[in-house]
Amino acid sequence: MSGKICFVQGNEACVRGALYAGVRFFAGYPITPSTEIAEHLADQLPRVGGKFVQMEDELASMCAICGASLAGFKSMTATSGPGFSLKQEALGYAIMAEIPCVVVNVQRGGPSTGLPTECSQGDVMQARWGAHGDHSIIALTASSIQDAFEVTVQAFNLAETYRTPVVLLFDEVLGHMRERLEIPEAGVLPVVERLKTDVRAGVNYHPYLPREDGRLPMSDFGGVHRFNVTGLHHDIWGFPTSNDEQVVKLNYHLFDKIESHANELARWKEYYLEDAEHVLISYGSSARTARALVEDRRAKGDRLGLLELQTLWPFPAQLVQDKTANAKSIYVVEMNMGQVASQVKAVVANPDRVFLVNRMDGHLMTPSDISQVMRVVEGRGF
Amino acid sequence: MSIYRLIRQRFFPHLWCPGCGHGMVLNSLLHAVDDLGIDQSQLCMVSGIGCSARISGYVDFHSMHTLHGRALAFATGLKMARPELKVFVPMGDGDATAIGGNHFIHACRRNIDMVAIVMNNRIYGMTGGQYSPLSGRQIGGDDEKSRERSVFATTAPYGSIDRAFDTVELAKGAGATFVARTTAYHVQEMRRLFKQAYEHKGFSVVEVLCQCPTYFGRKNKMGGAVQMLQWLKDNTEKLGSKKLEENPNLIARGVFVDKDEPEYCSEYENSVIAKAHKE
Repeated sequence: MSGKICFVQGNEACVRGALYAGVRFFAGYPITPSTEIAEHLADQLPRVGGKFVQMEDELASMCAICGASLAGFKSMTATSGPGFSLKQEALGYAIMAEIPCVVVNVQRGGPSTGLPTECSQGDVMQARWGAHGDHSIIALTASSIQDAFEVTVQAFNLAETYRTPVVLLFDEVLGHMRERLEIPEAGVLPVVERLKTDVRAGVNYHPYLPREDGRLPMSDFGGVHRFNVTGLHHDIWGFPTSNDEQVVKLNYHLFDKIESHANELARWKEYYLEDAEHVLISYGSSARTARALVEDRRAKGDRLGLLELQTLWPFPAQLVQDKTANAKSIYVVEMNMGQVASQVKAVVANPDRVFLVNRMDGHLMTPSDISQVMRVVEGRGF
Repeated sequence: MSIYRLIRQRFFPHLWCPGCGHGMVLNSLLHAVDDLGIDQSQLCMVSGIGCSARISGYVDFHSMHTLHGRALAFATGLKMARPELKVFVPMGDGDATAIGGNHFIHACRRNIDMVAIVMNNRIYGMTGGQYSPLSGRQIGGDDEKSRERSVFATTAPYGSIDRAFDTVELAKGAGATFVARTTAYHVQEMRRLFKQAYEHKGFSVVEVLCQCPTYFGRKNKMGGAVQMLQWLKDNTEKLGSKKLEENPNLIARGVFVDKDEPEYCSEYENSVIAKAHKE
């Protein structure tokens, strides 16, 4: 890569990634610690032929990006926990109506208003199940500024490929931390453009009929095809239906189009896993701490390894099983009460050997937080 | 041209109850759109949830049936992305002024070019007859008895104690640049007002007082559709008319606001984008 080098915070890296991927519409509402994303896009979007609007609330922002996406624009919104709660209604609509868009949640301490300026990873389960009803979702995360950029590009690509909202679960430390970012030249990272229908004007177009490969070609509002979009269960034309067969088909389609690609969707990084006796699993800014500990202990000859997840949903079960197959113990390092740890326990052969290492005071985890738990587990005292 | 080209005929007959005013709104709207000769591929309708919201399924426009109260927020994103599109946003009274009240006032304030239609039947019909912010405490109108009579709904079994919004005043106060009111009885006037609202550059609000014989009418002993339409005829009067001046109990119909203010999408283009490119 011989791109442009800059020194930016995670929120700005996210903006640069979104622009690289071709974002052309942003609607948002101010909230700490994600506000810089809105500020940078307010500045940048009008320069590239895009549009920015600050809406009256979080929910309206989520609705507005759905409207803009249906008009053919790559669209995004950004928020933090309290705003993410408010967006759930329209996030569910985007899932049901299969509207590609990206929703950034720069996580802060919760529940409720919680710790507005401090760090947490407490919204992992809300990203999965925040919207009512059965559905599936893609959620990605990152631990460095460079990764935040690349994962954001990937989020747009997946949104377009799977015609679905994609959640970026960043956190306060990542959002506000500054690091070197190398922005690759255009074309270095793949950018997926919207799949448009090739059905000609006057010929019956089915906006909700998946092709054989599962993808659904789109037609923009204002284009030659006029169709209906609804949050109700609908048929292949987008018109409401309560026909048993169609209802079941749609439910399975919305679930399977993502869950059956869980292996392809898995993004991760790994450190010293080949011969690791003890595997740490982490993600987001906690993974930085986990990595520091692993590097330190490796230098002393301890066989520790790290699996850093970048895809949280769909949960990369196969990956976790494969990478922990020979581990004597697994430590899940996260800043919540075990939202990913519970997933790990559910998929590994020996759930009794999965231990949660967490921190709940809003401060970034330290290596000693992890080693303290390991000492207890290893029977070396408190 | 025939208005049949503007509808999705296979979905008729519609799902509204016999005597409902919503079909009259659809009819007047189709005639207005036909008169205006708008390119059909530019026509969009964005609706929320409720009886009124089902209107978007019947028109052969680009149609979006969204979330309860949120239609204007979806429409804002759509219109900003593609300002050349012609956007109609029909809403019910609960849709527009209760759950969607925040979106409504901010759309008025922003002055984004679209036509918002508030189909006000003073009741939540889809859920079976609960009072809305436009139900009010009393039936109102010219007749002294009905003026004082309490409004009843399934959630107001002892009579409503909730004061009503005045949609026109709300839209005016929030800064809408075109505000009008008519009724389901006055179909030609409705057609004319829809055209005026469409031709106005900015955010236009047209409130249409509608009859809901199934719930509001039944709960409040107002008779069937014919009697309710008669009520709308007898209790409303044109703005500027002598009758209205002499009788404060009548509800005014007509155009309350029609003013030129900078339109949001144009401002974004002319101010924001222009300045961003100068830098």
